[in-house]
Amino acid sequence: MKKYIDSGKIDTRSGFGVGLYEAGKADPRVVALTADLKGSLKMDQFAAEFPDRFIQCGIAESNMVGVAAGLAVTGKIPFIGSFAEFVSGRVYDQVRQEVGYGHTNVKIASSHAGITLGEDGATHQTMEDIALMRAIPGMGVINPCDFNQTKQATIAAAKYDGPVYLRFGRPSWPNFTPDEPFEIGKAYIMNEGSDVTIIACGHLVWESIKAAEALEAEGISAEVINIATIKPLDEAAVLASALKTKAVVVAEEHNSAGGIGELVAGVLAKSAPTPMEFLNGEDKWGQSGTPAELLAAYGLDAAHIVLAAKKAIARK
Amino acid sequence: MATVNELQKIASQVRRDIVRMVTASKSGHPGGSLGSTDIMTVLFFNEMKQDPKTWTRDAKGQDAFILSAGHMAPVYYSVLARAGYFPKEELGTLRKFGSRLQGHPSVERGLPGIFLPSGSLGQGLAAAAGIALGKKLDKEDNNVYVLCGDGESEEGEIWESGMFAVHHKLDNLIAMTDVNGQQIDGPTSSVAAIAPLDQKWKAFGWNVIEADGNDIQAIMDAFAMAKANKGSGKPTMILFKTEMGHGVDFMAGTHKWHGKAPSPEQCAEAMKQLEETLGDF
Ligand SMILES: Cc1ncc(C[n+]2csc(CCOP(=O)(O)OP(=O)(O)O)c2C)c(N)n1
Ligand SMILES: [Mg+2]
Repeated sequence: MKKYIDSGKIDTRSGFGVGLYEAGKADPRVVALTADLKGSLKMDQFAAEFPDRFIQCGIAESNMVGVAAGLAVTGKIPFIGSFAEFVSGRVYDQVRQEVGYGHTNVKIASSHAGITLGEDGATHQTMEDIALMRAIPGMGVINPCDFNQTKQATIAAAKYDGPVYLRFGRPSWPNFTPDEPFEIGKAYIMNEGSDVTIIACGHLVWESIKAAEALEAEGISAEVINIATIKPLDEAAVLASALKTKAVVVAEEHNSAGGIGELVAGVLAKSAPTPMEFLNGEDKWGQSGTPAELLAAYGLDAAHIVLAAKKAIARK
Repeated sequence: MATVNELQKIASQVRRDIVRMVTASKSGHPGGSLGSTDIMTVLFFNEMKQDPKTWTRDAKGQDAFILSAGHMAPVYYSVLARAGYFPKEELGTLRKFGSRLQGHPSVERGLPGIFLPSGSLGQGLAAAAGIALGKKLDKEDNNVYVLCGDGESEEGEIWESGMFAVHHKLDNLIAMTDVNGQQIDGPTSSVAAIAPLDQKWKAFGWNVIEADGNDIQAIMDAFAMAKANKGSGKPTMILFKTEMGHGVDFMAGTHKWHGKAPSPEQCAEAMKQLEETLGDF
């Protein structure tokens, strides 16, 4: 199986911070807005280098969304940054109307997403945001898997013409993908395999790679797909893999409703019905704990992915 | 009625609890909690008609409290435990897996004293207004208290509630703002044009009281004035001027300790500055 080496644990939000700075250096139209979370979103470098293009909005997220839409009308490329819940659920209607229906070129930087946020607990651990944002016509949804990919996805989002919801996280996490340009709309095949396909996004891509290594030790060949761009989905890659392995596992830090599990199932149901297993937050609230404790408790770590892969294979 | 001296002793223990809890959980928000400790101590040990032995989530026949600035959970949990809502030993479980003391207040596990969750800012004043209105509908005489942050007051929803409470004449609503002049990214003045809070609330039609939120006697007096306002048909907003991180010299007066846990060494240093009065958890 393809070897992945962790070049050093680092949070994906730091990848966003570097990517934002690079995007700002490359294009003077890039502006960054935050709602009292400049440091948490790692916007410090951008703010220091481009003070005129950094806009502090205070703790007022709905206003921030509208201001970003207005800035976009004037030709700016606004990135708005806050915790995932506060730039999705809290401002859903503002995003829906002024960004989605308004066709404004706003990039939503959504940090601290998912259960791996950890100790802050359920109020901050949004597990519904992919569903919400997927449901907005024309909204691109990207959930990169590590520091390098988040940095590159940020740069790509700045160049992309249209609204994007860019989801990343808080914990220090293995950094293992090459530092190369991100292609929006492309599923990344992390490992080719023949017995089962494991599809994941975000932090769970690393867990899926660990699971594939464990499966290989047992003589099971797992294909691992980093879906990365959730919308528009790389349907061809998903279909080709499912037709090859005939068993699919989908893992995500998200509620079962409206996440990538249902998304993939929808694609396969149309033209290649395949036995599937789903690992997600089910229909439960999050809670406080360390990321590792929570991934284990909610059945989202490598060990659970291994079990799910075997179950999917047994159903062929 | 507790004396000023007794309340000061409780506040000292609550501050020890806050620093020790946040150190043990290696995360959490000590700054705002320490600054609002005196307010919360007076509220729970002298002011509110709410008894841990008879507490129920429907708030029937008692006063109610909502912590709108949910990140100040450490001070909330400490005063609840010290007032007898749950064993103080539980304070050591803050933010740990399986604990009832979630990172932000939660009703999921039935922690006594909590009426509604908070953590996403700006929502508690509306919730308190709802409870206050419910009490009016039930012809109940009890008061509803709510604590907001000054940074939190940048949320539009706070001002929606501000109009609502006046329109519905909720003079049983006693709102408080912890005016510590700090929020995550720095001093509030460097983040948003939230000042002057007194004129804003007055213009919204509230009975506005300003007091030193780190002076026990001044806090008691402010509550007395708030209650004297009952019958006026106006809700009360007490603007409590506080110092973030109050009581621990290296945490005081800066946003840097908004949401950062001290090291064990820093915790030990803080303990030297805070008298243990009721026995640590
Ligand atoms: C809706 C929402 N936006 C942002 C946050 C992140 N956040 C938590 S506390 C805080 C600062 C609050 O400032 P203030 O109310 O003054 O509290 P203090 O820092 O003084 O404790 C922010 C931005 C949040 N919890 N909820
Ligand atoms: Mg403040």
